[in-house]
Amino acid sequence: MQRDVEQAGVTNQPAVVIRADGLSKTYQMGDVTVRALNGATFEVRTGEMMSIMGPSGSGKSTLMNILGCLDQPTSGTYWLDGTETSQLDDDELASIRNKKIGFVFQQFNLLARTSALEQVELPLLYAGVSQRRKRALTALDRVGLADRSHHRPTELSGGQQQRVAIARALVGEPAIILADEPTGALDSRTSEEVMAIFQQLNREGITVVFVTHERDIAEHTRRIIRLTDGRIASDLSIPVDEQRIARTIHEPIETPV
Amino acid sequence: MGFLESVRMALRALGANKLRAALTMLGVIIGVAAVIALMSIGRGIQASIQAQIQALGSNLLFVSPGAQNQGGVRTQAGSAPTLTYEDALAIVESGRVPEVLGVAPESGGFAQVVANGQNTNVRVTGVTPSYEDVRSFHAAIGEFITREQVDSRSLVAVLGANTKTLLFGEGDAIGQTIRVNQQNVAANLRVVGVLEPKGSGFGGSQDDLVLVPITTQMTRLNRARTSRGGFTVSSINVQLADEKIETSNLAVQNIGDLLRERHRVIQDDFTIRSQQDILNTATQITGAITLFLGAVAGISLLVGGIGIMNIMLVSVTERTREIGIRKAIGAKRRDILTQFLIEATVVSVLGGGIGIALGGGGASLLNGISFGGGQTLTTVVSLDAVLLAFTVSACIGLFFGVYPAVKASRLNPIEALRYE
Repeated sequence: MQRDVEQAGVTNQPAVVIRADGLSKTYQMGDVTVRALNGATFEVRTGEMMSIMGPSGSGKSTLMNILGCLDQPTSGTYWLDGTETSQLDDDELASIRNKKIGFVFQQFNLLARTSALEQVELPLLYAGVSQRRKRALTALDRVGLADRSHHRPTELSGGQQQRVAIARALVGEPAIILADEPTGALDSRTSEEVMAIFQQLNREGITVVFVTHERDIAEHTRRIIRLTDGRIASDLSIPVDEQRIARTIHEPIETPV
Repeated sequence: MGFLESVRMALRALGANKLRAALTMLGVIIGVAAVIALMSIGRGIQASIQAQIQALGSNLLFVSPGAQNQGGVRTQAGSAPTLTYEDALAIVESGRVPEVLGVAPESGGFAQVVANGQNTNVRVTGVTPSYEDVRSFHAAIGEFITREQVDSRSLVAVLGANTKTLLFGEGDAIGQTIRVNQQNVAANLRVVGVLEPKGSGFGGSQDDLVLVPITTQMTRLNRARTSRGGFTVSSINVQLADEKIETSNLAVQNIGDLLRERHRVIQDDFTIRSQQDILNTATQITGAITLFLGAVAGISLLVGGIGIMNIMLVSVTERTREIGIRKAIGAKRRDILTQFLIEATVVSVLGGGIGIALGGGGASLLNGISFGGGQTLTTVVSLDAVLLAFTVSACIGLFFGVYPAVKASRLNPIEALRYE
């Protein structure tokens, strides 16, 4: 990889949003040192839609935590949208998560007893920005839930809950959306719906990184990084014509320009 | 995040578990209600004692003998036989103390009184007619001690309401004879009057007493004299022309000068106390009582605070996942800390508000309740007690909320998100 030389402007390629360089993470479990991640190096450019795959124990979750600024690597450097994160303290990491990352989890992780609108407003509340209501409504509209803005999680289906979570992830206009098994708790039809939303958002220019062990999900993306034993085993691009396009019955997707 | 949004968020979190929030609040409610009610009662007692002292007569000075010095040992104040009947007369008659309206010297001590086959030990006090006005003792039946009786050292007595009932029951006491035995000197006295009941006062019942002419007391009962031959009195009540503090100060100065001159001393061998002095002492004592009651109630407030801490700790554990979510989407430590602190404070402030209402209500219910002796309890819900209780309950929420909130803010987001 020709990192340090390649610059967005020079090569006329989109800017690098994620630059992982030799990311390693070791845990001390009693006398045993567990090497969860062992020198992962890769880059992600703005507008990409990619998957990180691997069986359990491959270091996938560890990588996801580091990419999501929930954790820091033992060694190596991680640049997110131009910021090197290894020296940041807890509050600075929180600020990065707030402004540059949108999380979508397998279990939706919505707050109980809180309306969809307020869920989506929450990141803006922590960011302290204005026009929260308006921006939250726009985000809900983008996932097709504008008419459900006052519903609480218990009043929404699983797919709708995940769409609220997606709206919450994208409301702060993050540099990347990190989706951790986003369809793991959904049936196949609803999964298809949710993937359609991700593809739609990606067409609108949002960078999406999936962490998954499901081939099905990965096939919806254009690039798959496979992890084995904490190392990157392969990094493949999928030709555009081989990418699966998710379709929904009630929400036809516009053909890309 | 804005303060109002935080409060709204806290209210929603509390609303999620209403019974638990109510039970948590109960500790603070009881504590604050107890503080308010007990302090109101304390204030009521204070007010009633002040009223009683003022009822003694509103513009009085009390002159009492000083302490005795015997071989360098200073004994109890009032024990020295330095104050005389003539001193009392001089205060009025010398013209040196223009502020004085009248004096009422008194002299006496406890004596065994026997009559009608009954006997009792009461205070037998020698007085002059002016005592009636100065100390507001009025005869209900018969007459008060008269000037003639004082001048002629008559063997007559006026009984307090209780003493009359004790000795003669419902029967007629006027004209009856009582035998008074004071320090082994006995005399038979004829009852000429019975006083109106006055109720208990500061320093015991004011209805258990026998009044006799002061000259009778000094010559027939207790023959104590000073080294210069004067008849001693146990105190001189001085009535002033008006209630101004300047008048009182001037009178204290002038009476002091007069007595020092008469006694030929430089150092006072007497004490002059104004009603204000007594009032101040009483206020100090009742203030201490109020404070004590408040402190006892404060302990229950403390227990309430510990209850808050307990529930907040449980709440933090239960909501670990929520904390994880909030951190993942960008909540800083401070945000989580504020959220839980505000939640704890909202619980305690709400509890404090309800407690103030309950305590105030309870105090007004107790208002006017009789506690014997013809006295009623007056409760005073004071603004400062309310403010104090409110502030303390808010502070308790903050104080006991800090530890759980810090615990919440330090949670690791990854572990918190994984928490089931």
